[in-house]
Amino acid sequence: MSDRIAPREAFGKTLVRLGEENPNIVVLDADLAPSTKTSYFRESFPQRFIPVGIAEQNMIGIAAGLSTLGFIPFATTFACFASRRVCDQVTVSCAYPRLNVKIVGGYVGLFVGKNGATHQALEDIAIMRSIANMVVIEPVDATETERVIEFACNYDGPVYLRIGRDPMPQIVPQDYKFQLGRALVLREGKDVTLISSGAMVEDTLKAASLVEKEGIDARVINMSCIKPVDEEIIVKAAEETGRIVTVENHNIIGGLGSAVCEVVAERYPVRIKRIGIRDVFGKSGTNEEMKAKFKLRAEDIAKEVINFVGR
Amino acid sequence: MNKKPVERKKLEEIANRLRIKVVKMIGKSGFGHAGGSMSIAEILTTLYFYELQVDPENPAWEERDRFILSKGHAAPIFYAVLSEKGFIPEDILLTIHHPDSPLQCHPDMRLCPGVEASTGALGQGLSIAVGMALGAKLKGKSFRVYALLGDGEAQEGQVWEAAMSASKFKLDNLLAIIDYNKLELSGKINEVMPLEPLYDKWVSFGWHVIEINGHSFTQIINALDEAKKIKGKPTLIIAHTVKGQGVSFMEDKVEWHAVSMSVDQVKEALKELGCPQEEIELTLSQMKEE
Ligand SMILES: Cc1ncc(C[n+]2csc(CCOP(=O)(O)OP(=O)(O)O)c2C)c(N)n1
Ligand SMILES: [Mg+2]
Repeated sequence: MSDRIAPREAFGKTLVRLGEENPNIVVLDADLAPSTKTSYFRESFPQRFIPVGIAEQNMIGIAAGLSTLGFIPFATTFACFASRRVCDQVTVSCAYPRLNVKIVGGYVGLFVGKNGATHQALEDIAIMRSIANMVVIEPVDATETERVIEFACNYDGPVYLRIGRDPMPQIVPQDYKFQLGRALVLREGKDVTLISSGAMVEDTLKAASLVEKEGIDARVINMSCIKPVDEEIIVKAAEETGRIVTVENHNIIGGLGSAVCEVVAERYPVRIKRIGIRDVFGKSGTNEEMKAKFKLRAEDIAKEVINFVGR
Repeated sequence: MNKKPVERKKLEEIANRLRIKVVKMIGKSGFGHAGGSMSIAEILTTLYFYELQVDPENPAWEERDRFILSKGHAAPIFYAVLSEKGFIPEDILLTIHHPDSPLQCHPDMRLCPGVEASTGALGQGLSIAVGMALGAKLKGKSFRVYALLGDGEAQEGQVWEAAMSASKFKLDNLLAIIDYNKLELSGKINEVMPLEPLYDKWVSFGWHVIEINGHSFTQIINALDEAKKIKGKPTLIIAHTVKGQGVSFMEDKVEWHAVSMSVDQVKEALKELGCPQEEIELTLSQMKEE
């Protein structure tokens, strides 16, 4: 297995690489550069690094203005502030006029160091997904993060990127190509389909191995593109495996689980189990403490899958 | 309000103990906001041991003064002063940052006695304080409301919306303090997003403004006394401080905003703060347990 790399590291370095090729890329920071890793861009391109201070709403407005002059602004902060704090600025200044603004939320879901509830973004996907014109992507590992940042630079329109803080193993193939609205089957299976994104994909894959020992053949899908969602891969999973489990680092209301339910309910109703944070606020603690507290360890997921398929 | 004369030496001792507790908490947890805790040791000490009319036996006492730590990330020293005052037992301090602890990374008013508002997303505390001060006026109550903000925090637009409203509502029962330690998370305030002329800005927003050295008990006390005499407008204290004050290797260093501390660093910091040797040993052994 190759080394674990944090998506935020890959994000910071990819911005620098793309910044060398494309002088229109500018990076805005609301006082979190060392954490989001836009500090690399700050070192390489001080002229194109725009610190706005602790002023997220202003940052989104400035990004909107810059985009009208042909710049490709990446507005960066923690995911909680990149969604909740700036919801209306994103909606009206960026998404409504379909401006070319990239909004980047770092430190996602429960996994925010030990910063706790105020800094945990359990609502960002729900918020961003319900804003028309927005694209919402949560890359799973370093390779996918690179591909997704490249995509975001080339795509003309508002994009929300959810970038994880902590190291992840290689999940997608080295030669992986990201396509808007396309998910990736990581593992074939016929008894049940597990759909996940971001940090939870690793535990979901482990859970698939655990249930295999119980004779359950689980398909696993990496649903990095949460909007537009890959309807065909979901319908196919519903048809072929009959049951779907979603696993997300987000409130089960409005996130990946909801997105999958919407497709399944409209197009091919089958039973679904949503695993995630069950409409409660988070807590301070390590990732391991969070997974234990909110029942998101591989063994917790496996147990849920076994109960669900057994019924 | 009748106040006992406070011994300056006693305040100094308390402030020092708060700093020691902060180092122990961060040492044990392996994480914590050090710099912005250290810069407000004297301010919190003076508030809790000279100024605030609060009752640790009855945290919900209706007539109590309200204090809001708007820069919620300075929770370690806030918890330290709450324990010093008797709101929470000292022995829970080392549970900070645990999922089941009342001492979450940012203060939670539903979990921790003495916490008046849940903060941690910067820029929101002063508005809450305005609401409390306005509510006191509407109810004819005489308690006062205090909010402590970071200087980086003062870059948030909401702070200025709150400032505008507080003077419109003539909230002379409201006192805000800015911990002007000249640093935020990513660098120097002056480079990231300058605040100057800060004094003039607040004056133009209709506030009475007092500028002090935020590590001088005499100046803090005088400013608090002066604020009470001001009628018809809110008061702001601009407290010039040093981020990390009291631990030389942290002082004025942006890297010491949120940190983990090595055993050696904890030892060095506790030594400098004059912590007794047995306590240092105990802290180090607790760190190694983790
Ligand atoms: C709205 C919001 N944006 C960003 C953060 C992340 N953050 C935590 S502390 C901090 C820097 C605070 O600087 P300052 O207010 O000067 O506090 P101090 O120097 O006293 O630590 C930042 C950006 C936050 N908590 N809230
Ligand atoms: Mg500061």
